[in-house]
Amino acid sequence: MTAPTTTGPAGGATAPGRAGPRRRGHSPAVRRQHRAAYLLVAPFMVVFAAMLVVPLVYAAYLSLFREQLVGGRSFVGLANYARALGDSAFGEGVLRVTLFLVIQVPIMLGLALLFALALDSGRLYAQRFVRLSIFLPYAVPSVVATLMWGYLYGPDFGPFTQIAEGLQLPAPPFLSSSWMLGSLMNILTWEFIGYNMIIMFAALRAVPADLYEAARMDGAGELRIAWSIKIPAIRSAILLTVIFSVIGSYQLFNEPNLLQTLAPNVIDSAYTPNLYAYNLAFTSQDLNYAAAVAFLLAAGIAVVSYVVQLTSQRRARS
Amino acid sequence: MTATTPAPTVEEVEPQPRPRPKGSTGRKSPLLTVLVLLTLPYFLLPLYWLVVASTKDNADLFSSFGLWFADLNLVDNLRDVFTAQGGVFWSWMGNTALYAGVAGVGAAFLATAAGYAFAKYAFPAGTLLFSVVLGAIMVPTTALAIPTYLLFAEVDLTNTRWAVILPSLVSPFGVYLMRVYAADAVPTELMEAARVDGAGEMRIFFTVALRLLAPGFITVLLFQLVATWNNYFLPLIMLSTPSKFPLTVGLAQWQSTAAGGSGAQALFSSVITGSLVSIVPLVIAFLYLQKYWQAGLATGGVKG
Repeated sequence: MTAPTTTGPAGGATAPGRAGPRRRGHSPAVRRQHRAAYLLVAPFMVVFAAMLVVPLVYAAYLSLFREQLVGGRSFVGLANYARALGDSAFGEGVLRVTLFLVIQVPIMLGLALLFALALDSGRLYAQRFVRLSIFLPYAVPSVVATLMWGYLYGPDFGPFTQIAEGLQLPAPPFLSSSWMLGSLMNILTWEFIGYNMIIMFAALRAVPADLYEAARMDGAGELRIAWSIKIPAIRSAILLTVIFSVIGSYQLFNEPNLLQTLAPNVIDSAYTPNLYAYNLAFTSQDLNYAAAVAFLLAAGIAVVSYVVQLTSQRRARS
Repeated sequence: MTATTPAPTVEEVEPQPRPRPKGSTGRKSPLLTVLVLLTLPYFLLPLYWLVVASTKDNADLFSSFGLWFADLNLVDNLRDVFTAQGGVFWSWMGNTALYAGVAGVGAAFLATAAGYAFAKYAFPAGTLLFSVVLGAIMVPTTALAIPTYLLFAEVDLTNTRWAVILPSLVSPFGVYLMRVYAADAVPTELMEAARVDGAGEMRIFFTVALRLLAPGFITVLLFQLVATWNNYFLPLIMLSTPSKFPLTVGLAQWQSTAAGGSGAQALFSSVITGSLVSIVPLVIAFLYLQKYWQAGLATGGVKG
């Protein structure tokens, strides 16, 4: 861990109330405190249960049924899941976001890390301006970011097309089927480099300075210090950005959904798994199957982020 | 993060305003500065384009170079945005402010109370409940939206404002953040002193702790406010009446009409100008409240 005050991964989740009363005798005072704690936690837990737990349980329940015109709702067990696993449209969507993730996340996080290290080195003029400029896209809603980039990419009045025409070159086909995934990667990268940079930068600032002083005395250069001391010191922050990015990639919806209006023949109804679940529920009205797909997706994301966390912790230990 | 003082203020948690960063030799590097500055157009040009494009009428959008101005038409564009379809843009702005405001304040309050309790009381179910909340940070919100829709359809809550607000009140990350924050911000000795003075536990929370927790509260509020302000998927599936739409869904609808080209081409300039109008409040909020962002992201990144 990076900060001297931290208690371990998950911020010491295993020691709640370490500052609270330690008596276990359940005197009236302690009982009063327990009652207060439940009272304070209750409002959140009630809304949490109603808005998070109940929907998931209900979706799991729905996913076990099938709605038919004749005969109504009938229990089909895991048939919807079997259908999803053998569904090539769903499978292609999962593969597509996996490809997206494998290429886009390293580029985005690598750039974010370079910017964070540059800021942390203290060698930049106009530091504040640089930091704010890179962070600013995060303030732009993904809907507006996508509309904007969609117009920039577009063949009608996009500046790239205009410049290419001015130079009498063929216009770059950003919205064609072979370029689309790359164009989407660019939008997401633009939106989230700054966010990830700030997480890494904040972690870098918390690394105790004496860690590098010794290295500097020994004549280590800045690059060597960055590679051997700074990056290992913020591995938990980097891990956090990896997990957030993995979750985000598998959830891809807004950007492809909005670019669909510009390139309806490129982005089909199953371009990403979430787009597929959405179209199943609202276009095909196949709610039971949509529930199964959404549930499978949520479970898959949870498993993947858990595995990412596990492997990285194991590597840290070895 | 040398927060050994019992109640760190945001300024202390926030890593920013130290004049010269530790760990640097203090020499500025023109080369590094130039290299970094060369990348900035990537981040800023799209926004610059948006500003330029919202000053053009629809014909100039197509006929003039995108990165430079033509005839200034911003005022007409703004009028078009705010009067189109009986001024529905006003409703979208109001809705966005309502959804984001209620979700922000509500989520911050729920998260503060829960995070404080998890941090300062050792109660029997505390560890278990907190682990459940931690696990929920990993639940993808978009994948959760369809199940929530199915549930709300069952109880006739779809196409109501509650359908957008209620799910946005839950911020597991906010609880985690407040638990970390409250552990240092509220000294246990202070709570003991208040108990000796005869204050009840609830009174301690409302009169003593809440004030100390205010910076954390504002950080959670901001995060949830922006998340709700930017949310597209949830309102898209929940709402069908345009007067209940937030800005994101409304703009996307204008865009699909404009791109559909059903004689509504004039709308391109409205989509662009409307987009600019919708991000102005957020950009201002970002620039003025950035210390809270950094405090929040620092807690998440350093302690996560």
